Amino acid sequence: MNVDSQIGDYRTQQTLETFSFLPALTQEEVYEQINYMLAQGLTPAIEHEVPAQAADHYWPMWKLPFFGETELSNVVNELEACHRAYPGHHVRLIGYDSYTQSQGVCFVVYRA
Amino acid sequence: MAKKFDAGVKEYRDLYWAPDYVPLDTDLLACFKVTQQEGVPREEAAAAVAAESSTGTWSTVWSELLTDMEFYKGRAYRIEDVPGDKESFYTFIAYPLDLFEEGSIVNVLTSLVGNVFGFKALRYLRLEDIRFPIAFVKTCMGPPSGIQVERDKLNKYGRPLLGCTIKPKLGLSAKNYGRAVYECLRGGLDLTKDDENVNSQPFMRWQNRFEFVAEAVNKAQAETGETKGHYLNVTANTPEDMYERAEFAKELGQPVIMHDFLTGGFTANTGLAKWCRKNGILLHIHRAMHAVIDRNPKHGIHFRVLAKCLRLSGGDHLHTGTVVGKLEGDRASTLGFVDLLRESFIPEDRSRGIFFDQDWGSMPGVFAVASGGIHVWHMPALVSIFGDDSILQFGGGTQGHPWGNAAGAAANRVALEACVKARNEGRDLEREAREIMEGAASHSPELAIAMETWKEIKFEFDTVDKLDVA
Repeated sequence: MNVDSQIGDYRTQQTLETFSFLPALTQEEVYEQINYMLAQGLTPAIEHEVPAQAADHYWPMWKLPFFGETELSNVVNELEACHRAYPGHHVRLIGYDSYTQSQGVCFVVYRA
Repeated sequence: MAKKFDAGVKEYRDLYWAPDYVPLDTDLLACFKVTQQEGVPREEAAAAVAAESSTGTWSTVWSELLTDMEFYKGRAYRIEDVPGDKESFYTFIAYPLDLFEEGSIVNVLTSLVGNVFGFKALRYLRLEDIRFPIAFVKTCMGPPSGIQVERDKLNKYGRPLLGCTIKPKLGLSAKNYGRAVYECLRGGLDLTKDDENVNSQPFMRWQNRFEFVAEAVNKAQAETGETKGHYLNVTANTPEDMYERAEFAKELGQPVIMHDFLTGGFTANTGLAKWCRKNGILLHIHRAMHAVIDRNPKHGIHFRVLAKCLRLSGGDHLHTGTVVGKLEGDRASTLGFVDLLRESFIPEDRSRGIFFDQDWGSMPGVFAVASGGIHVWHMPALVSIFGDDSILQFGGGTQGHPWGNAAGAAANRVALEACVKARNEGRDLEREAREIMEGAASHSPELAIAMETWKEIKFEFDTVDKLDVA
């Protein structure tokens, strides 16, 4: 009996939680997610880490969370600055929700 | 002046029908749907329910005069028509707080849904809702962790979690079962689940299952870099067995265990919830037997009451039905009790079957679990209906994938993330479902095949237990 050539093999991937099963987001798609976060009233924050430590809860913070920030371009500039400063690191964007004391959004923008 | 003892049988309404009563903030309020025997006046039937579920009995007794019955008795304070139903009516009853032991759901249910449900003057009786006063809520521990703590522990934000019940539900050996778990988790699921029927049968004893599953979880976690878990079912024949299993799950370093709160009972559930809080373990709650209690629209207990009782007794996840899958569930009503599980204040809203304002104070929220007969094509509707604070569980919809569990898991994960992304972009998930899914499948062969496999499956039967509308 022949092996069924229709059956594919699934290769395990190292992934980074939300949106890591999608192709890397384009610049425009990242902007849309930032706009969503700002429209929800979440506080943007940026973190970065070397890939080997990516599973840790805590990644180093880039500056402080940007309390009261409402401008897309300011968030984008900070993301780019963090990426330039730590080119070998993953960089993730967080939307803090002070009401639920949780994160309404969290995804990796730059995969190292 | 002291009262005199007047032996004999009084009409219930003389003592327990109180239309002028203004409920206190500390009263526990209940709404019942009453269908009385022919010839019994509504006020008498309502008063009988109040009496039989609180202080009353069929005859006056002299020892009533040794206490202050006015302080302790339940009162039927309102009667309403049931929209679209001439034979039944709603009655609202207020119970003084001191009728119930602090923190005891068992005590509340023993009174409210005890003997009164067999009372001869009634043909049917259904408990539709309970308003738990904040004074009672604060005496209950509630969920061991709750939504916020669980997200932090599992490091999962901004999306629903993805789960799966391992199948076939009975008959696998422990090692083969662990294989199925490993494949699901390495493919992209966050959590897998013991089937509720899996306890410790001859084909797979619990110790063996726990050990193999722990290896599967740990390995998938190491290989994917994401936090994983499997609900180890500790539901057992005795509380001692239940705690022994829970302790072993903890020894193995596993993050989550599972209990069936209705078949296991509220005493076991509340005890296990307290154990989980103390030991930092998440608690998944299954609801076997609920449909026996909640499906008949005239008799029993509505699921929204069972859901509220579970939140008070303690659990971090609760099955709620899917609205779209193979199991019963009206959309507006489901959204109503999903809010009761997750939010801190839920206002009265009859269009969603909520009869009272409910204030939970600081009690943690419970993840709503949608499970049963769902597959990738349901994903847009599920994300739209349940939102982020939910766990979407695809059993057959993961393991029935033509390439196996890992590919099935990846298909679901891709579909989920595509839907969340589209929602955040402001797209209408239910209207644009096909475009969103086809777009996602263009870069995921696993998803493309899943969509082809399940394109014809629908579950379109009418709901038996509908909200009452004219």
